[in-house]
Amino acid sequence: MSTIQKINRRDFIKLVGLASGGVLLGCAIASEQKDFIPSQSKDVFHPNLFVHLEKNGNVTLVASRSEMGQGIRTSLASAIADELEADWQYISVKQAIGHEKYGNQNTDGSRSVRTKLMPMRKMGATVKMMLITAAANKWNVAEADCIAENHFVIHKKTNDRIFYGDLVEEAAALAIPAAASIQLKKVENFKFIGKTLKSVDLKDFTHGTATYGIDVRIPNMKFAAIARCPVTFGTVQSFTKNKAEQVSGVEDIFELPRLLPPTGKFFGMLGGVVVVANNTWAAFEGKRDLDIEWNKGANESFDSKAFKKTLTKRVHTTGKLVPGAHGNVTTAFETSAKTIEATYHIPFLAHAPMEVPNATAWFQVDKIEVWAPVQDPQTARSELAHFFEIPIENITINVTFLGGGFGRKSKSDFVVEAVAISKKIKAPVQVVWTREDDIQNSFYHATSAQYLKGGIDQNGNVTGWLQRVGFPSIVSSFTPYADYASGFELNQGFTNNPYAIKNFRLESVKAEANLRIGWMRSVVHIHSSFGINSFVDELAAAAQKDPIAFHLELLGKDRVIEGKSKFPFHSKRLKNVLKTTAKTANWGAQLPKNHGMGVAIHYSFYSYIATIVEVSVLDKKVKVENIWTSIDCGLALNKDTIKNQLEGAAIFGMSLTLFGKISAKEGAIEQNNFFDYPMTRMKDAPNIHINIVDAMHEPPTGVGEPGVPVIAPAICNAIFNATGERVRSLPLMDLGMV
Amino acid sequence: MRKLYRELFLEISIYLYLVVSKLLKVKTNLSINGKSYPIQAPKKMPLLWAIRDIVGLTGTKFGCGVGQCGACSVLINGNLTKSCSILVADVIEKEIFTIEGTSENLEILRQTWSDGNVPQCGYCQSGQLIAATSLLDAIEKPTDKDIDDAMSANLCRCGTYTRIKKAIHKAVALKNETV
Repeated sequence: MSTIQKINRRDFIKLVGLASGGVLLGCAIASEQKDFIPSQSKDVFHPNLFVHLEKNGNVTLVASRSEMGQGIRTSLASAIADELEADWQYISVKQAIGHEKYGNQNTDGSRSVRTKLMPMRKMGATVKMMLITAAANKWNVAEADCIAENHFVIHKKTNDRIFYGDLVEEAAALAIPAAASIQLKKVENFKFIGKTLKSVDLKDFTHGTATYGIDVRIPNMKFAAIARCPVTFGTVQSFTKNKAEQVSGVEDIFELPRLLPPTGKFFGMLGGVVVVANNTWAAFEGKRDLDIEWNKGANESFDSKAFKKTLTKRVHTTGKLVPGAHGNVTTAFETSAKTIEATYHIPFLAHAPMEVPNATAWFQVDKIEVWAPVQDPQTARSELAHFFEIPIENITINVTFLGGGFGRKSKSDFVVEAVAISKKIKAPVQVVWTREDDIQNSFYHATSAQYLKGGIDQNGNVTGWLQRVGFPSIVSSFTPYADYASGFELNQGFTNNPYAIKNFRLESVKAEANLRIGWMRSVVHIHSSFGINSFVDELAAAAQKDPIAFHLELLGKDRVIEGKSKFPFHSKRLKNVLKTTAKTANWGAQLPKNHGMGVAIHYSFYSYIATIVEVSVLDKKVKVENIWTSIDCGLALNKDTIKNQLEGAAIFGMSLTLFGKISAKEGAIEQNNFFDYPMTRMKDAPNIHINIVDAMHEPPTGVGEPGVPVIAPAICNAIFNATGERVRSLPLMDLGMV
Repeated sequence: MRKLYRELFLEISIYLYLVVSKLLKVKTNLSINGKSYPIQAPKKMPLLWAIRDIVGLTGTKFGCGVGQCGACSVLINGNLTKSCSILVADVIEKEIFTIEGTSENLEILRQTWSDGNVPQCGYCQSGQLIAATSLLDAIEKPTDKDIDDAMSANLCRCGTYTRIKKAIHKAVALKNETV
């Protein structure tokens, strides 16, 4: 239930920095459901999203979610504008600061459209209704005889028209209509929703004028780099700064102690040795010239190669039973015609957004101002209040553009660093991570091992399914000694296995964390989809069945599984995207020599995805030729944005399949930069064909992440189709296949 | 007497400091997009940081610092260059062209980039556009292979490659239309 309230104009102007008057509306909406990403948000949220209409007709809409390439500024604005019956050319978008008034701003979990579409639409509809009332009053006619169209209110009987901008004063004097009286448009009347709108930020993106965090410039600001211990949570024992001090531009060098987050929340910061300079390069140079002795601590013994062996051993013996098992796999396997076993591995991964972590902060006695590319500005704000003991209302978080986020910029450690340094040097400062810092001190996507065992009967039907999985938990970053995967993680594809399998058992094995573990685009779905889709393909081969026919058979009768959320799982929709993709990819057609096709399907972030990949394999080298993806994401808010996201997801998925690997030796990350942590480049990019299944009458579901998890298994299944060889351990680079 | 020595020592120290810092620093003008910017920078400073932190043009981006990602691409006397990997001292009296500039090819690319809704986060697009400008400056009608060769030095973590390729082809088509 939502209530609309008038916002004090001075508050509003303070918040978004608008000077002129106009209609101001806030929309307070009750709690959105809790997602699986741990967040600092409270259970009850009070989103306040704003429309600002000026007398010249200009409409400023405030984007409450961070823009990191997913086009959210455009998407959210278009939802308001559609219900508002606005002329798109009058629309501009302003980025919200981090403030609870805007509701949950945590840009994560592919949920912005899912949770904000309706509130946005209601807000647009409310403003439209008020403009109609204002016009009817002005003309002294019945409201029912008036309609709104393209920035005008029109009196149907006389065809009189009045421009939105000319209604500002009358509308501002009106009371907010009751929520129950707000009427929303029908799907078939949408003008922007479900269509294609180009990004509102294209001009800035193509002229280098979009301000990312790293582009923030404050008068008299300093630049800082931090040397952090190569081993996670190691501390400074001693350091020599003579050489670093001689670097021209270096102004100050000091130790920054680690800020340890309290259990259960926040990220704190690693600490290290700080070099402050009058330009970024001098700070980097000074950092390089430091001579530091580290207390490396307990994680020094960590070796990711040995850990892979340990995890493998663990998934090969009985683990902790995960609730949700049914039937009896032991007897099922005993009575099976055939049993198949396989073990799969994914290494640690780093997000490596093109814009490195960075933040600009100004600590002034009793207040803090921050400019930063953050996905979750409210957590950053709460975190600063906690660590620096400044009242939260005195902390301003300005959200800049994000040069990519992928989950890395949900963790505000780099913001805490900037504030701590600013406090110490009593000046505004920008902390910039080098690319090496980013690769070597990240919150890593966990490594995983999984073991699967399946049985099939004489007719090639699956009789039983046993899956054992181990990966360091994200919870370890919030709670020490969390060394088993948590429920919210296993719910990402493992427990909610979509197949109708009679005998099913899932086990979890111990996996301790020796690096900071975080979430990366698609999170645990990357593991679950890789294991499950690879194994279904192996079972299909063992049953001598076509993989797509096998998937469809295994999905069983059409059924609806009601979860705790308002988005029940419909197996029919998953089948539908699979059939659609098979058609568009021309599955089953004769392929050129050395080519192969592989398929994967997955349900994540409440969206249904099927992908088919075509590869060619020549002299053991794999080239991805084509990727076909179909998505059912319910109502498709902005079709081209969705396409763009899925094209990007295909490339992102390729990067982790072909190249992605972070490894640690003696506790330190072995990779440095893009030369040894490579990613997909233009020459590797395949043809990508995206198909959005029409589901306009369903509520919208996730888009940013669902496209990624299917890519790795589809590529590996295609390699099997081309060569008869199974790839069970990523990346292909390690196998000499790229 | 002692005071005099001390002052003399101080004077000499300051003089030496000035001489040494003069040797290490360069006071010059950078010519960027046809405009002259007086700067004082250490000779060893990569051009990228002089552009961003001293001149204050932030459209040219830092991505890796080691010439691996192309986010910092600029043209120097028309040649595509990664500004993180060339020193300020090496570009004196040369013409630097950045994303803040304008040229016929860049404008056409801007248009097709927008028509194709190419950018996602947008961060790498400055470098992509500069690299594409350089390609069109050099080759009138680039093939897919030409584009792959020219553009593979530029990373895009969002994965906009297929759109970039299309936008380059469209720019070529548009150019030929207008001729």
